[in-house]
Amino acid sequence: MLTKRIIACLDVRGGRVVKGVQFVDIVDAGDPAELAHRHAAAGADEVVLLDITATHEGRGTLLDTVRRAAAKLFVPFTVGGGVRTADDAAAVFNAGADKVSINSAAIARPELIGEIGGSFGAQAVIVAIDARRGTKSVEDAEVYVSGGRKPTGLRVVEWAREAESRGAGEILLTSMDTDGMRDGFDCELTAAVSEAVQIPVIASGGAGSAAHFADVFGRGKADAALAASIFHFGVTDSRELKAQLALAGVSVRLPC
Amino acid sequence: MIAVIDYKAGNLTSVVKALHYLGARDVVVTQSPEVVRGADKVVLPGVGHFQATQLLAALGLTEAVRESIAKGAWFLGICVGLQWLFEGSTEAPGTPGLGAFAGMCEHFPAKEIKQIDGKEIAAELKSPHVGWNSLEQIRPDSRLLRGVADGSFVYFTHSWRAPVVNATEAVTYYGGSFTSALERENVMGVQFHPEKSADVGLRVLRNFVEM
Repeated sequence: MLTKRIIACLDVRGGRVVKGVQFVDIVDAGDPAELAHRHAAAGADEVVLLDITATHEGRGTLLDTVRRAAAKLFVPFTVGGGVRTADDAAAVFNAGADKVSINSAAIARPELIGEIGGSFGAQAVIVAIDARRGTKSVEDAEVYVSGGRKPTGLRVVEWAREAESRGAGEILLTSMDTDGMRDGFDCELTAAVSEAVQIPVIASGGAGSAAHFADVFGRGKADAALAASIFHFGVTDSRELKAQLALAGVSVRLPC
Repeated sequence: MIAVIDYKAGNLTSVVKALHYLGARDVVVTQSPEVVRGADKVVLPGVGHFQATQLLAALGLTEAVRESIAKGAWFLGICVGLQWLFEGSTEAPGTPGLGAFAGMCEHFPAKEIKQIDGKEIAAELKSPHVGWNSLEQIRPDSRLLRGVADGSFVYFTHSWRAPVVNATEAVTYYGGSFTSALERENVMGVQFHPEKSADVGLRVLRNFVEM
């Protein structure tokens, strides 16, 4: 049967992997290409490379980093951060990415989703949504942009539905309330988005243990989950994480 | 020489990269029917809409592939490239496939029947089928899947699937069984992306390169 995916996420700035806690507080943690290969070898089902400051400082994605990371990667490779136009996306695909993740550019101009999908296939377009709700209900969860700094006034579930109707292949949902805290995902919000769309939902923000992943795959109804800070400091690797998930009854790719 | 057909149906960088990684020396990305006719091996990759395969007919590549297969060149269709080997796909009713295999490719059903607490429940089946799923009932004499064990995981991303036929040599379960790999003499196809399926995928590609 179709398994739940563990996706290793590398936040990159200036060609180096960095680690962020709620998008602040940067600490250097290695070479992106080396880490991408290491994650794939350690059983990650996919790798995502996010240029985390691109939107805030208006820079484009670092193609050379993408090329080097893609060179020996044989699992799906997604690149995001600063992809603003169909041309940006094309450059990223030509450098070796399989999918692109677009965030604020899609909110600014939703037509972009269909434009990229039209050329490269809908499955190649992930729409990333940064969500914040504090103590509010899932219905009132709001979409943020610019590295989680600016509220947009858009509701998360509604925007996810629109992104799907525009041709998004997957939704990458990051809860900014839980991101980097290693205390669990926002399962309620993830489930609400998963129920609202037919396309896969990738959960992000809050991973700290195998139990958190089991939770987001179960009551969170996620199809995949992102892991960033959990890996960067050797807390666990994908293979070990999946072994624990398998024991908890989650369907995962093993051996890997 | 391995000809990888470029019909503007998505990204073939990964396929070419994988072939090079496996030591294939003479890999040519081409739209030329002449090059295809002269190749020892032909790869037809593909993501996206079945309709994109219309370009194959427009460029004279459908006939080139037919001739190439007839003279014994090894052929591998990947994803839409596999689906194109059939009569067509309901995704693009006006676009005929090569017709090497009987039947039409169809969309996954919207619901699947699940057994929950002894009752049959119709649960929503998400589409597209994205992620790692397993190859089952692998035919023991398969050349393309030599060294690949039943239950091995490979990466899929598609909304349409090919029917199970005599040439099917591996099935995968998602809302029922569908053809994940087929092989008939020199004509082969895989629904999954071997260039994205880690070691299992590379083994499949290596088998093809070494034929």
